[in-house]
Amino acid sequence: MVDILLDRIQGLGRGTLAAVSRLGRANVFLLEVFAGLSGMLTRPGLLIKQLFSVGVQTLIIIVVAGLFVGMVMALQAYYALVDFGAEDSLSVMVVLSLLRELGPVITALLFAGRAGSALTAEIGLMKATEQLSGMEMMAVNPIERVIAPRFLAGMISMPLLAAIFSAVGVMGGYLVAVELLGLDAGAFWSQAQAKVELFEDLGNGMIKSLVFGFVVSWIAVFEGYDCIPTSEGLGQATTRTVVYGSLAILVLDFVLTALMFGK
Amino acid sequence: MSETLIKIRGLKFSRGGRVIFDNVDMDIPRTGITAIMGPSGTGKTTLLKLIGGQLRPDAGTIEVDGQNIHQLKTKDLYALRKRMGMLFQSGALLTDLSVFENVAYPIREHTKLNERMVRQLVLLKLNAVGLRGAMDLSPAELSGGMARRVAMARAIALDPMMIMYDEPFTGQDPISMGVLVKLIKSLNDALNVCSIVVSHDVYETMSIANYVYIISAGTVVEHGSPDEIRNSHSEWTRQFMEGLADGPVPFHFDAPPLLDDLFAGSGTRRG
Repeated sequence: MVDILLDRIQGLGRGTLAAVSRLGRANVFLLEVFAGLSGMLTRPGLLIKQLFSVGVQTLIIIVVAGLFVGMVMALQAYYALVDFGAEDSLSVMVVLSLLRELGPVITALLFAGRAGSALTAEIGLMKATEQLSGMEMMAVNPIERVIAPRFLAGMISMPLLAAIFSAVGVMGGYLVAVELLGLDAGAFWSQAQAKVELFEDLGNGMIKSLVFGFVVSWIAVFEGYDCIPTSEGLGQATTRTVVYGSLAILVLDFVLTALMFGK
Repeated sequence: MSETLIKIRGLKFSRGGRVIFDNVDMDIPRTGITAIMGPSGTGKTTLLKLIGGQLRPDAGTIEVDGQNIHQLKTKDLYALRKRMGMLFQSGALLTDLSVFENVAYPIREHTKLNERMVRQLVLLKLNAVGLRGAMDLSPAELSGGMARRVAMARAIALDPMMIMYDEPFTGQDPISMGVLVKLIKSLNDALNVCSIVVSHDVYETMSIANYVYIISAGTVVEHGSPDEIRNSHSEWTRQFMEGLADGPVPFHFDAPPLLDDLFAGSGTRRG
């Protein structure tokens, strides 16, 4: 009985130590990545290539998701508001939800699933096939050449994708509200324009997406770089990117919202 | 200039509680092919990573060209690595670059040569391994043997003072194997460098090596010229060289007598 209890306590201790040491490694790794960012100045081509694979190739899923989320939002808002005769305020509800919450959060979740997992898998596979070791032995720092461009591309892409998501979402809302439900187009735009603040809504949404981009890219590149270089380890690392990334987004969203909009 | 390029003294290294090297001493000469042989799992690849400064020993020193590799600053370590070539078991080619670009990679990274010079150098290196015609292929289009030859061309791209080969013959058909053996020998002779071949392919490695180290269970079991090794009286060396199933390394994993086990009831010993 005592043995079992001791085993449990030891297991807990070991697990905690492993988690803390991993967190430490992730932070040291982040500092190395920051140091490696200077390499981008002399080799902008590396960044542009990654912007394409991380950002542009995620565009389609963001546009389609944004369109449908905007359309659904408009429908739901209409059903809720029409009872009070307040359907003219529909656009405010759609635009504010998109800019403040849905744009940054859903984009980040999709980004973690699409681009984050791809980044982890790619870096992990490079590690498993000794490409990263090979670079080190060629006196080339893999953090500077492989990791830093991908990290920076993730950070730059995320706010842009969130902006596109919100813009397409608003267009989706417009399609449903004006073309499908027959609301007045002028009222749709003027209400939205009157109620949306540049910094309070748009700016805060952008800050959120920047933070999400930073965290998801960090998790994705670290998981790839730190993975056990076997097919099983790679699979686990990819899963961890999506799970940790998504959870981090949702927790951070709460914290940021409380800080930004709390009175 | 000292005749010894790599000097290993009192090397100790363990990983995950398992001792991999326990007080290993080695001297690897500046020219010629030195083979490091031993059964799978004895840490041959780990030794190359220790020499390349990718891993740190628990104790002991490794000097490469008179410099203690584990006390160098990153900048100096990278400067030394520019003079080392390494051929990984998988080839470790960059999969998003063509064969040509892979060989050009270290040249572009470390020199400011113009494009015409880079092209000429790459073509010469690829020609040396017989793959000039494959320069536009991607690594995915190469066979295992060809990938290793491209990796060889890349390893010699900066005219290094030493080339490390990690299991170069593993999983090769007889023709590829023959090509790789010939290439390692001819590159070593033409460039007059230090070649370190880590392998457990006894016949091929012994045919080209000038000096052989045999390691097992964390220590150097025997070393000498290939002839000395062939004529060794050590039972362990004879078992390894002749590939005997039983000997000092037993065929059976440690277990109680068969009869005891057969009548011990059901289930495994653990459960």
